Amino acid sequence: MAVQEQLQALYRSTVLEHSRAPHHFGQLATSNRQATGHNPLCGDKCTVYLEVANDELTEITFEGAGCAICMASASIMTDTVRGCSLASASAAADQVLESFADRQAADHSELPGDMAALGAVRQYPSRIRCATLAWQTLQAALTGKAQTVTTEVTTNQS
Amino acid sequence: MNSAAEKQAAGTGLDPEKLRADFPILAQQVNGHRLAYLDSAASAQRPRVVIDAISHYYEHDHANVHRGVHTLSHRATDAYEGAREKVRQFIKAGSTREIVFTRGTTEAINLVANSLGQTFSAGDEIIVSELEHHANIVPWQMLAERTGIRLRVIPINDAGELQLDVYQDLLNERTRLVSVTQVSNALGTVTPIQEILAAARSRGILTLVDGAQAIPHQPIDVQALDCDFYAFSGHKMCGPTGIGVLYARESVLKDMPPWQGGGDMILTVSFTGTTYNELPYRFEAGTPNIAGAIGLGAAIDYLDGLGMAAIAEYEQQLLHWATERLRTIPGLQLVGTAPSKAGVISFNLDGIHAHDLGTILDHQGVAIRTGHHCAMPVMEHFGIAGTARASLAFYNTREDIEQLVTALELAHKMLG
Ligand SMILES: Cc1ncc(COP(=O)(O)O)c(C=O)c1O
Repeated sequence: MAVQEQLQALYRSTVLEHSRAPHHFGQLATSNRQATGHNPLCGDKCTVYLEVANDELTEITFEGAGCAICMASASIMTDTVRGCSLASASAAADQVLESFADRQAADHSELPGDMAALGAVRQYPSRIRCATLAWQTLQAALTGKAQTVTTEVTTNQS
Repeated sequence: MNSAAEKQAAGTGLDPEKLRADFPILAQQVNGHRLAYLDSAASAQRPRVVIDAISHYYEHDHANVHRGVHTLSHRATDAYEGAREKVRQFIKAGSTREIVFTRGTTEAINLVANSLGQTFSAGDEIIVSELEHHANIVPWQMLAERTGIRLRVIPINDAGELQLDVYQDLLNERTRLVSVTQVSNALGTVTPIQEILAAARSRGILTLVDGAQAIPHQPIDVQALDCDFYAFSGHKMCGPTGIGVLYARESVLKDMPPWQGGGDMILTVSFTGTTYNELPYRFEAGTPNIAGAIGLGAAIDYLDGLGMAAIAEYEQQLLHWATERLRTIPGLQLVGTAPSKAGVISFNLDGIHAHDLGTILDHQGVAIRTGHHCAMPVMEHFGIAGTARASLAFYNTREDIEQLVTALELAHKMLG
């Protein structure tokens, strides 16, 4: 059934596994940076907690409620950037955000780590913000100057 | 008419299967499936007659209104004013001076907030309800910021009904306006609007009814309601987007200050002073949405042809049937269970985010809305981020509901 195949490309088993049992979910007692993002279109919310030491992202967790795409993206994000230098975490976020901004991008391999599993989201304009919310929030947390920054990432509703 | 359809429309005199053919957009396939359009509360579809009326106007009669002596300007003015008269009859207003064309419900409410609102002062109170669409909350919050008026809120219970006893307590000598919806867009609750209006009226308090979700589903009589304002949108009642109506009681409207200035709303302009036009033109600055008004007039003719009472009866049957059908789906929770509802079924499916549901349903040709439905306080009451909402019109059939049920079952299989 064609419909099921298309849907299965969107809701790959990797995506469903992450969304059902997200990695690094919850608050982080040792967090020294954080940011919160909202997606007003669907009410999704995501808070990212970072523990930064010596220019390294030593720990990362997230908290929030959202659709399967949003939760999977956040969970995969924590796996991808945990233990990275701040520069490479930021570069990964740039790469993800750019890749999702380009609907024509056919090659999912440019997405870091398991994010490739979310490549099909690009075919769903109304869902792209679900996939990018966590990464935008990470960017906000990374660029926050103060010890604890709460930045509302306002994603435009289209 | 097949026997199934006959059974559906039993006693209402409507033949929904045949009516569907009046709506060109419904004939298409979406994502390889028959389109089941269950999002009419967001915006309804248009019958061919409305589309034709707009095309005919642009092809034959278009010119600016109220300004030319030439033939086309006369025709355009006649058609535009003819539409105003159709609106008057449709809502049983006493005079066309009480019918102000706006962009929609939102602009109609903003008109009242910006015009009548000028006469309010700090400490005055406006009562709205927890059920309101953002369009009937934010304009009053903005007015509160400007003037220091206070917004009071009638709470809802867990069925999604207004708590009238609390409302009675909220009414006091500072209350200047009660502005409440007749039907909730998020839950479908039909509010006891008559009681609400009567309680305000007996204390001499002005009233506004947000009729955006009521007018597509039942006959409306503003004189019987005895409200001061009634706001609605064309696009939710098979008319064009960008056109709506503010009904305003003449005795109230005549003393209201203008809100937007420009052409059409004046009689004379000079730098020593300007005199304003009569009602309703004083509230229609600038070239109006002429084609929109004409399209709305055609939509009213169409709805009148079917009969609003017949539409109401058929939709109630379908709503009841669909609600019972959805109740049989394991893990489905209805949000909003007031005994008196119109056109809307809001729900969540166990463990599946409404947004994912929306995408999976769309793949099967089923169009529903997901999210907070511009009624975030309602979602807050239930402690949820959003719902999936199937909303009905008279062109929906049991086949649409069956398609919805099948699609929900697939969603459950995939993500549940
Ligand atoms: C109850 C209610 N009020 C107001 C509005 C706003 O209508 P519009 O966007 O047409 O101005 C809507 C539309 O969703 C509504 O459902």
